[in-house]
Amino acid sequence: MAKIEFKLNGKLVSIETDLNRRLLDVLREDFSLTGVKEGCGEGECGACAVLMNNEIVNSCTVPIANVMDKEITTIEGFSETKRYKSLSEAFEKEGAVQCGFCTPGMMIAAESLLNKNPNPNDNEIKEGLSGNLCRCTGYNMIIKAIKHTIKDGEDK
Amino acid sequence: MTNISKSIPKTDASEKISGKAKYVADIKIDNMLHALTVRSTIISGFIKNITLPDFPEGYYSVDYKDIPGKNVVKIIYDDMPIFTEKKISYLHEPIMLIVGPDKAKVKELASKVKIEYEEIKPVFDWVNSAIHYHFDKGDGDLVFNKAKKIITYDYETSYQEQAYLEPQGFIGYLEGDKVTLIGSIQCPYYVKNAVIQALGVSDDLVRVIQPTVGGAFGGKEEFPSLIACQLAVAIKKIKQPIQLIYDREEDMLVTTKRHPSRIHFEAAIGKNKNILGLKTNVGIDAGSYIGLSGVVLSRALIACTGAYTIDNLSVDGDVFITNTVPNGAFRGFGAPQMFFAVEMFMEHIALDLKVDPFEFKKKYLAKQGDKTSTNGLFRDPIIMNEMIEKALEISDYKNKKKLYNKPSSNRGIGMSLFFHGCGFTGSGEAKIIKAKVRLKKAKDGLVYILVAAVDMGQGIRTTLRKVVAQVMDIPIEKVVFDFPDTDKVPDSGPTVASRTMMIVGGLIARAAKELKEHLNETEYTVEKQYEQPDYIKFDDESFQGDAYPAYSWGVNILEVEVDPITYMVKVLNSWSIYDVGKAIDERIVMGQADGGLVQGIAYGYMEVMEHDHGILKQKNLTDYIIPTASDIGNMKTILYENPYAYGPYGAKGAGELTLIGGAPAVCLAIEQAINRRVTKIPATPEYLMELVKNGKNRI
Repeated sequence: MAKIEFKLNGKLVSIETDLNRRLLDVLREDFSLTGVKEGCGEGECGACAVLMNNEIVNSCTVPIANVMDKEITTIEGFSETKRYKSLSEAFEKEGAVQCGFCTPGMMIAAESLLNKNPNPNDNEIKEGLSGNLCRCTGYNMIIKAIKHTIKDGEDK
Repeated sequence: MTNISKSIPKTDASEKISGKAKYVADIKIDNMLHALTVRSTIISGFIKNITLPDFPEGYYSVDYKDIPGKNVVKIIYDDMPIFTEKKISYLHEPIMLIVGPDKAKVKELASKVKIEYEEIKPVFDWVNSAIHYHFDKGDGDLVFNKAKKIITYDYETSYQEQAYLEPQGFIGYLEGDKVTLIGSIQCPYYVKNAVIQALGVSDDLVRVIQPTVGGAFGGKEEFPSLIACQLAVAIKKIKQPIQLIYDREEDMLVTTKRHPSRIHFEAAIGKNKNILGLKTNVGIDAGSYIGLSGVVLSRALIACTGAYTIDNLSVDGDVFITNTVPNGAFRGFGAPQMFFAVEMFMEHIALDLKVDPFEFKKKYLAKQGDKTSTNGLFRDPIIMNEMIEKALEISDYKNKKKLYNKPSSNRGIGMSLFFHGCGFTGSGEAKIIKAKVRLKKAKDGLVYILVAAVDMGQGIRTTLRKVVAQVMDIPIEKVVFDFPDTDKVPDSGPTVASRTMMIVGGLIARAAKELKEHLNETEYTVEKQYEQPDYIKFDDESFQGDAYPAYSWGVNILEVEVDPITYMVKVLNSWSIYDVGKAIDERIVMGQADGGLVQGIAYGYMEVMEHDHGILKQKNLTDYIIPTASDIGNMKTILYENPYAYGPYGAKGAGELTLIGGAPAVCLAIEQAINRRVTKIPATPEYLMELVKNGKNRI
């Protein structure tokens, strides 16, 4: 057991915990942030994706020890932002949501992609999403939603 | 009135995007215990002795001795025990649950359960047939006596894993004598009826509730009944809330998959290079229990002529039992295996006869009024010719087909033609399911849809509401469709077989029409029960008659490039045309089309799952590879309207159809790119390399 401090969705938090616990479990169990999903537990599917210091990470592969003094943003925190608003509208409009289990992680991937590259082309979008699996949509409408967001951003 | 196909926002999109939607693992109940399954470590044999470790207070084991009712999971064919008593039939067969408050402690205790076995030699060859079916059409195999030539091919398909993103699981609790189960499911009443039988209790003592479900694709049709029975037994014994949720590895190793198949085809060819008749012999691997396998086989056999009409048939099929993980429902349910085989076979016959495959297939394309493989009738208009023309045009198929015959192009284009029989096969809908729906106008002025249909992502929470709103001419906000709860909704049947919109939606539309006449009343409820149209008759023994009330149709064209050194396949473009009657929401059907096609294509060339002497080699998404966003090419889909008189607004089945053509289309494209004949899926780079070395030239 040790004390870990980090910034979670903009607020400083501190917990006493076993250092080997996965960030995923801490978020879901200690903070009830269940928008972060466990799909595979091996860092393959991206359902548990969060931002750590603005970089996308799979929270199932991050031991809580590595989170000390870091800044973590989950879908719950991201949903307060402007970009969330335009992305979520585009996801709805383009039909990018089916079962929804991958969707929070997909949103985080989209945010991470657009952070680095505000104007990605089709291949860059596909590459940016390729760490996140979706079994329902065939990705087509998710890609369209991201293109839609980019276009809206340009129009504004 | 607006066209019902015009898309509207999905009911649940925003709660899913924001992460607020609650899936089973997101639901917390105070004092909830954790359960973990102890499984066999051998493949075949008997349990001789079990030694349990010392259990601290508050920790329990639960096994077959705790089952108050019958130790069998009620599926279609009841042969799978809830917990095995002695006999082990496959690796990881469930033996008991360990239950307690601390997850890590539960895991530790489970690992300390000592089980001694007596092993017996497992069987992996397909020699033990548990079900055999046979039927003929026309003169059966007699036409083979008149044949000028007989063409024979064998096809093979492998496992496919549903790989829904949310692993399976349940939570449950006890109130008095009543067990409530909340789980990731497709069929609330399958679960309820299975648990009633397991507990030996009356109907009112089991309640099943669906939370948000993270994908299913058939994988949550019958398997959840097993988990639910185990958990219900534990809850009855321990009398505390318990959670039994699989991690990905457990889910992949023990849940049902698409049946591997081997399909033998023979064609009797007449003097005009015409098909006199076909013979087929189909084997599917059920794994260690039969479960739904007989019904899967039926659907495969009935589809044995593909989208074509062949006058004389002799059809045989077997369900084989092996000491492997039980297989079960997966979107398409036997049809994807058969359509792969028959599409390839029709192509291969044409190539052997040195005639143009496209013209050859077109000659046999089923038309309205033709007899189906089981001597039923294609009663409704079939508009495949128009659909094919459109597909050819938008894909530039004919030019590309010519162009890519140059070996140096490394490219190929392939087309598949297919249908899906909508709803249950045979008399299932009328005899077994007998769907019932309720529509209620309540005092609060809202209209409640009371059905057991599950939204697992396909959008039924949106589309059923849309149907009611449109029929009753009320705003959609006035129509409520809560998650099914068996205490509140009647048994409208399972959410399977592309039946929900056509059958349940059809009943709901009729109920809405009636309820509209009573809108002035403060409270009014309409109930409707399914009645099979009189003309639909099927004999399940002889396989004669109309196996389905309606058929949806599709055309897929795939364009691929195959790397001449690595044999990696790259999908460049896909063009799809579907007739699903009438789309109740165009964007939702387009979403089904995209997702189904990607699953179907990947089944054809990408998704590899194999067992080695009963041990699955793939056990996570790191080794079972499914498509990522980088693997899809450009996708173009067009829906053709062809309304079905008995479906709501003309809707037929849509969910499964879109998976069926992917594998044959991609393999026909690959065939051209490497100029060899593909007879096996998945068409992996290793297989393609082998074909290029030793395989038969395509042309």
